[in-house]
Amino acid sequence: MSADPPVEIRGLSKWFGAFRALDGIDLTIGAAERLVICGPSGSGKSTLIRTINALESFQEGEIRVGGVRLTREPAAVRAIRLQVGMVFQQFNLFPHMTVLENCALPLRRVRGLAPETARDRAMSYLDKVRIPEQADKYPAQLSGGQQQRVAIARALAMEPRLMLLDEPTSALDPEMVKEVLDTMVALAADGMTMAVVTHEMGFARHFATREIFMDQGRIIEQGPTEAFFADPREERTRTFLRQVLRRD
Amino acid sequence: MNFADNIDYPPVLRRPTVFLPILVVLFLGLLRADAVDWPVARAVLSGMGLAPGPSLAMPVAAGLAALIGANLWIVTGLRTRWQVWAVWAELALLLAVFFVSFNLSYAFIQRKIWILLSVGLVNTLLISACSIVFAFVLALIGAIAKLSSNGLALGVANFYTSLFRGIPLLMQIYLIYLGLPQVGIVVDAIPAGIAALSLCYGAYMTEIFRGGIESIPRGQWEAARALGLRPGDTLFRVILPQAMRVIIPPTGNQFIAMLKDSSLVSVVGVWELMYLARTQGQSEFRHIEMMITASLIYWAFSIALEMIQARVERHFGRDHVR
Repeated sequence: MSADPPVEIRGLSKWFGAFRALDGIDLTIGAAERLVICGPSGSGKSTLIRTINALESFQEGEIRVGGVRLTREPAAVRAIRLQVGMVFQQFNLFPHMTVLENCALPLRRVRGLAPETARDRAMSYLDKVRIPEQADKYPAQLSGGQQQRVAIARALAMEPRLMLLDEPTSALDPEMVKEVLDTMVALAADGMTMAVVTHEMGFARHFATREIFMDQGRIIEQGPTEAFFADPREERTRTFLRQVLRRD
Repeated sequence: MNFADNIDYPPVLRRPTVFLPILVVLFLGLLRADAVDWPVARAVLSGMGLAPGPSLAMPVAAGLAALIGANLWIVTGLRTRWQVWAVWAELALLLAVFFVSFNLSYAFIQRKIWILLSVGLVNTLLISACSIVFAFVLALIGAIAKLSSNGLALGVANFYTSLFRGIPLLMQIYLIYLGLPQVGIVVDAIPAGIAALSLCYGAYMTEIFRGGIESIPRGQWEAARALGLRPGDTLFRVILPQAMRVIIPPTGNQFIAMLKDSSLVSVVGVWELMYLARTQGQSEFRHIEMMITASLIYWAFSIALEMIQARVERHFGRDHVR
């Protein structure tokens, strides 16, 4: 492991045509930090975490992941994607493969593990998210919560330094949200560095070590979780928190 | 039957307002067509010891209409599965009667069938099978090129699909067989035919493959990339196996069409099924015999292709069981 922080972002800006999606973002994510990014829809929070593993391009600024500077070079992108695990709102499991094959394929094809080793490792991560008994089922046979836990296991099995979770519970039925959040808490206990985009503010409150509030492509406010919730400095943050916390 | 609603509509044909007019129309039609003079009617009447004549026109038409009506009534009452079989059997019987009415010489067919099968069918299958493989590969390459951001590949693929979809297959065969020698490339008839069919169907199928690949959600690409899969693995292990579900039905269509379009290769003198059917029939003025025999052979192999297609569809649809 290098001593470089998992993520360093300097002056990051991105445009979709004339629309400025990200506007001069500066952000460092330290090892074992659990960052929650919140903000209204269209504020750029998903775009921000998707630029970190090059799923989105950017026009200005610099991103370093574990000290590797993100360019459009294949080697750089590859080196970074190997360090970053990603979990999507829509799970994005491969529907034509069983749960086990979903987790084992990248281990074989990217990490170059032998088939048996890959299967064993995939199985141990399915154990970790507590669904080993579903290993031979197809994703469509699982509930949303189970699918998302498989997606987490698939990303974890690659043993990344950092996990990015893009609204991991937004597509789930309410009764399944908790099992996914519990899985994330278990990850946190193992010291995984995580950046999570979520609207689950009640969860964020006890899960995150640091909160970020974004609006219109900018980081409006950030701080340690307690201070962030107890005493937000910015009016926009206060308004946003009032709106999302009313439900809790 | 994924598309059937959970409602039992009354069978349309069994409604009196539909069924009775059908009977009337049948009766009038049979009367007008002089059903009493049909060979079948004559045979039945003489069997009953009656002399066919205009006086029996009404009873014969009524009897036939009643027979057809009863058949219709019985078939509409069957379960869906048996209905399909019954309809197939009856339509096949009608087709057979139609063919028999040509007074075919079965002795002639028997004499010629061996050359049709041993030379004609073998060549047709050889040309079709090779063309299917090459067209599949061309389509895959074409689709990847069309989806790439490489201007060179995109340009070549666009020009290719435009040209080979845009000019008649017959022209393509002539261009390859008669045109290429002009620039010093001499191609035998069979390779020329295979090349033309592959290029033509590859062009059509390029669009099918492209559509299939584009139908896979972006999230699948993103997940594969985020996991670090290389472009080849992303395409061949994640995207294409899913796209196959969309690609196979129209591709099966193309293969069936290609099987029959292989008959166009006869213009450059390849001894395939159609060519032999035409030339063998010519010598004794028994065209119809050979044409019908060749048609039935084409049909049999189309059915075989349909069955293979159903099999492959099942294979790639297995993740959709719930």
